[in-house]
Amino acid sequence: MKICVLVKEVPDAAVEKRINPSTGRMDRAGEKNLNPYDTHAIEAAMQIREGGAVEVDEIVAVTMGPSTAVRALHKAVSLGADRSVHLTDDALAGSDVASTGYALAQTLATESPDLVLLGQQSDDGECYTIGAVVADHLQMPSLTQVIKMDVEEGKLKCERQAEYGYDTVEIGLPAVISVGDAINEPRYPSLKAIMGAKKKPLDTKAIGDVDVAADRVGEAGSQVQCGDFHAPPAKAGGTIIEDEDTNETVEKIVAWLDERKLI
Amino acid sequence: MADILVYALHYEGAINKNSLGAVTEAARLAGEIGGEAHAVLVGEGISDDLAASLGNYGVSKVFRVSGPDGLAQPVVDAMAHIMESGGHQYALFGGGLLGFEIGAGLAARLSAGVTMEVTAVRVEDGKLAAERPILGDSSISISRYKSRGIIIGRLNAFEAKESGGSASVEDVTVDFSEFSTRPNLLIRGEQRGADVNIEDADVLVAGGRGLGKPEGFKLAEDLAEVFGGAVAATRAVVDAGWYPYAAQIGQTGKTVSPKLYIAVGISGAIQHKVGMQSSENIVAINKDANAPIFEFSDLGIVGDLNKILPKLTEAVKAKKAG
Ligand SMILES: Cc1cc2nc3c(=O)[nH]c(=O)nc-3n(C[C@H](O)[C@H](O)[C@H](O)COP(=O)(O)OP(=O)(O)OC[C@H]3O[C@@H](n4cnc5c(N)ncnc54)[C@H](O)[C@@H]3O)c2cc1C
Ligand SMILES: Nc1ncnc2c1ncn2[C@@H]1O[C@H](COP(=O)(O)O)[C@@H](O)[C@H]1O
Repeated sequence: MKICVLVKEVPDAAVEKRINPSTGRMDRAGEKNLNPYDTHAIEAAMQIREGGAVEVDEIVAVTMGPSTAVRALHKAVSLGADRSVHLTDDALAGSDVASTGYALAQTLATESPDLVLLGQQSDDGECYTIGAVVADHLQMPSLTQVIKMDVEEGKLKCERQAEYGYDTVEIGLPAVISVGDAINEPRYPSLKAIMGAKKKPLDTKAIGDVDVAADRVGEAGSQVQCGDFHAPPAKAGGTIIEDEDTNETVEKIVAWLDERKLI
Repeated sequence: MADILVYALHYEGAINKNSLGAVTEAARLAGEIGGEAHAVLVGEGISDDLAASLGNYGVSKVFRVSGPDGLAQPVVDAMAHIMESGGHQYALFGGGLLGFEIGAGLAARLSAGVTMEVTAVRVEDGKLAAERPILGDSSISISRYKSRGIIIGRLNAFEAKESGGSASVEDVTVDFSEFSTRPNLLIRGEQRGADVNIEDADVLVAGGRGLGKPEGFKLAEDLAEVFGGAVAATRAVVDAGWYPYAAQIGQTGKTVSPKLYIAVGISGAIQHKVGMQSSENIVAINKDANAPIFEFSDLGIVGDLNKILPKLTEAVKAKKAG
């Protein structure tokens, strides 16, 4: 079985994310890191490999992004992927969700995976939907927010929480699965794996290499135009208490509640 | 044609409240852009009454498709078929989970533009423009569509209102794709954990991953008890099996608006916020001063819940007794 894991480079959680008002795109300057949600997808792939129920031939990390995104691939490889694929092309800049999913699907198609894994959301985009877009292009069944996945020869049994409670779904492979962050506790990479990550094969592809039509990606190929960025209506800030002396803090809380007749 | 197609999620013979909100919203918008609002229901054995009931929220026509319940991709097949033959310009979804999956799949299928987490939709020059908060709700972006637009609402973004109208029901046969029907839904809507009631409580103490372990919920329960309230939870702790699903607040849980909501060890993710932001008073205890929950709390306490909660419980008890 061949598993492809989609990973993304995102601004570090500690960096304030913002939109560049002149381009209307995410300002991608500053510290970046592998999207933390994607480490759960890599871990899920590793657990399938180590679980022994099926033979895993290869785990391939795939990303679409600017040149800096190789760092996310190195991190993915240090966490267990055998090699990685980097789709990068100036024509891709400004792609919306649908065109990003299309370009990723075209890249994945050249790998013919049996299973595609994704994280539950990207820390910056927060769309939870790339998996569903990719799956439709690849004509594969898909499920998002999966928190338990049992693998058997040729099929998966997945559990996830939906609107009315927990669903259990059996899916024949190939399939596209986005995993929720409750699925596992990702491991830390070993020092050796971190050092070795740059030596693992990394294929860099341009859109022509994976048959992505230039007029279906980038700003021109995107069907959504985002603009008019503005701050939400200002809301009166709440009162903040820093807990130093807990007895005092508790007194303040009780007084606050009492003032509002909540006790 | 400026018609709008709305997906109506249903379960055990009832239409989802967020879908009814989307139907109401679609009817309003269609009126403004000079089109009609239609709804689609996919499932087995959908009654005439259930289908026609959507007319009461403003759609003029309901497409009924016989197909698998509870999975997204068969609905993508159905909606793509209906939108292509009917020429619908827009698709609208209420908040939830399936709507995200269907809307995204549909955008891929129809090469349409898609926006998720939409909090408001307005009409500009006869076209729809969608408002979406981004970057942890710190900014708002407006989406406009070059051709077809797919708009997925945030949970509780659209309010359901009865219009007193009626709808015709049209049965549609759809050729489902092989990959859409390959999944087999073995169990749907399993209720994990005890069946607790949190909706009627005036005071809710909600606990998250910051409680550290399942036993940590004792601290939340003790505080709730002195208030005569109930205990709620985040998805993180429900998925981990620490607390029952029936107590979960948020996008795939319940929506509540108690007099007092005390969030302990909860980061305040958007999917949690959407289920509790209309609470009258929000108090948060979190050790991370940068936790998003403080952005929408009336009173925020930066500190360790393990130190604060036991003393707070005692103090409230004393106040009540005195
Ligand atoms: C499609 C989708 C649907 C979702 N639906 C829901 C939903 O319905 N409901 C929901 O809640 N979530 C939902 N989520 C998940 C949501 O995004 C968050 O992951 C979740 O709400 C986080 O839960 P949490 O706050 O308990 O955990 P965390 O985000 O891990 O936060 C724990 C917090 O505890 C604090 N803390 C730790 N120790 C202490 C201490 N000793 N004292 C004080 N504070 C402490 C930390 O600073 C941290 O802020 C959904 C996600 C997706 C993608
Ligand atoms: N540019 C990208 N390259 C590779 N994978 C991505 C990219 N964007 C999103 N993903 C994957 O899609 C998941 C969901 O992202 P999103 O739909 O943006 O919230 C992420 O966790 C990644 O696994």
